[in-house]
Amino acid sequence: MPIKSIRPDYRGEYKDGIEHFNGQQLLNICWEKHTMLGWPMCVPVPATLTFGQLIDNVLPGIYAIHPDFEKIDWDKVQWSTSKGPLIPNRNKSLREHELRHKAQIRFRTPELNGHNNGG
Amino acid sequence: MTKAKKLSLKQNYTMLTKGLDWEPSYQKKEDIFPQLSFEGIKIHNWDNWEDPFRLTIDAYWKYQGEKEKKLYAIIDAFQQNNGQFNVTDARYIQALKIFINAVVGLEYSAWRGFTRLGRELGDASPRIATQMQAIDEMRHATTQTHAISHYNRFFEGMGNAPYQYDHAWYLSIPKSFFDDACSAGPFEFIVAISFAFEYVLTNLVFMPWMSGAAYNGDMSTVSFGFSAQSDEARHMTLGLEVIKFLLEQDPDNVAIVQKWIDKWFWRAYRVLSLVATMMDYMLPKRVMSWDEAWTIYYEENGGALFADLARYGIKPPRNAEVTIKEKGRLSHEMWSIFYANRDVVGFPLWLPSQEEMAWFSEKYPDTFDKYYRPRFEYWQELEDLGTPYTNSTLPQLCQVCQWPCLFTEADDPTEFVHRETEFDGEIFHFCSDGCHQIFEDEPKKYIQAWLPVHQIYMGNCLLPDADPSSPDFNPMAEAIRYMGIKPGVDGGLFKDHSDAKNWEKWTERPANIHQGASTDFVRKTSSQNSK
Ligand SMILES: [Fe+2]
Ligand SMILES: [Fe+2]
Ligand SMILES: [Zn+2]
Repeated sequence: MPIKSIRPDYRGEYKDGIEHFNGQQLLNICWEKHTMLGWPMCVPVPATLTFGQLIDNVLPGIYAIHPDFEKIDWDKVQWSTSKGPLIPNRNKSLREHELRHKAQIRFRTPELNGHNNGG
Repeated sequence: MTKAKKLSLKQNYTMLTKGLDWEPSYQKKEDIFPQLSFEGIKIHNWDNWEDPFRLTIDAYWKYQGEKEKKLYAIIDAFQQNNGQFNVTDARYIQALKIFINAVVGLEYSAWRGFTRLGRELGDASPRIATQMQAIDEMRHATTQTHAISHYNRFFEGMGNAPYQYDHAWYLSIPKSFFDDACSAGPFEFIVAISFAFEYVLTNLVFMPWMSGAAYNGDMSTVSFGFSAQSDEARHMTLGLEVIKFLLEQDPDNVAIVQKWIDKWFWRAYRVLSLVATMMDYMLPKRVMSWDEAWTIYYEENGGALFADLARYGIKPPRNAEVTIKEKGRLSHEMWSIFYANRDVVGFPLWLPSQEEMAWFSEKYPDTFDKYYRPRFEYWQELEDLGTPYTNSTLPQLCQVCQWPCLFTEADDPTEFVHRETEFDGEIFHFCSDGCHQIFEDEPKKYIQAWLPVHQIYMGNCLLPDADPSSPDFNPMAEAIRYMGIKPGVDGGLFKDHSDAKNWEKWTERPANIHQGASTDFVRKTSSQNSK
């Protein structure tokens, strides 16, 4: 049952279509185990952003506040999405990785599991 | 002339309900009450509705009028005696900001919802009962506003309540809860609000707010609480009557009611996270921990209630075990995100003191020292260095409850919850199984959520005077201003906040009883407990 409504043909208006985001898409990013950060982050980015640019230009602005961030060895990072593990290519775009509007990408830094056990 | 004999209460009530009602002759009943069938609830005999109160208009007016008189006398005395300075410290006042900005809006929405029921239900006596509850709810919204508006003359962040309720990012959580109920059918609304919220969970709201207010010297809020409490007793009884009535009318109603109990228990629980935070972190003198409150008011009292309802085939709410697993971390996770994002919140934030952390260690032996103390100690170091920890990136939100996806896995507090689905080719995220299940049941309802984070990124959260082309345009400050929060004034660190400074200037007592004085205004020994 997609909805219980008094009018059988009722459907709510979806507010978050990509056409409303001024040429960008939303990307959700979660650094696993780092609960001190509070939540998975949501940022607007172009679909043409490469994975290299994501790591070099976007992530520092979000995560440099965490003392583990500068210790990350990016070759050892384990990436995944809701569909399972993902092996990124630095030169390919979000679109080429099938990371579409509102997709979530997660990363795990196996030796870094939060500052001082505080997340 | 012979004087007419005074009616007995029962006669009076019968005349008010059955006596004023009539059988329609030239319109069909289903056209007059069009909302009664689409939810699938079957009512065979409205006469079986037993109003436990049989409240008549004159009795209602008399009771409520007397309560009003007492309440306003106390509020007057409170104001004349500068009662706002008799509370424990200026941190307590920050909790009142959640009250005025969130709870008053909920009361007002309850008025809207019950007014509709007063029109739509299929019999005069439930229409009268819900109409009177609607009046109660309006009274709660106005008396709360009056009780707290006095504080607004002295402190920041309380002067824009209806606006903040409709715009502020974290107030979309309570707002969406009630909007969800008000946009549901009448039977779902009454199960949601009267049963799941008022009957099952009201004690959790009343107990910490009212005992907390009393414990911290806030006589104005306490007297509001007493004035509302007898209404609440009536509302809770209505909630139980509704459930029993629906379950007894038709066996097919059981599954529908169960689904609503599951949904609304979870929705209400997520809203109550704000109460957990307030109880554990915002009351300078604490009444009991969230963990203790949940144990008593949900696990014990709720357990007895659902044992009683088992004879109708009703089971305890789905995901109740998750709430029990979360109780040791809820307030800590919540306070962490408010602290880290304090510049975009309508009240200032502080770190728990040594004394408070010792209390947490005792009340939360399995979780606090392991997961949260190290975090707060690290953040304290940073604060002492003058570089306090600050997050500046917006969260991924839950499509249903609208909280950031800040919650952790029921069985592992170190792992964020990830739940996601696709509907019509679009991706949606949830904070929990509870919210995910609610979405899957009615996706077409929840795709239309107004999610603050997305609205900010679309550029929709700008006041008319904002100029995105100006060189010093600050999108986040503008979004906050749009939300009714004054950037640089309402949020930030408590010790630097004008409420804390003014408090010390006006009372000569520490703004934070556990930290001692933060200004020169406090001449007395700073560690002494003020009152
Ligand atoms: Fe109320
Ligand atoms: Fe109520
Ligand atoms: Zn949720």
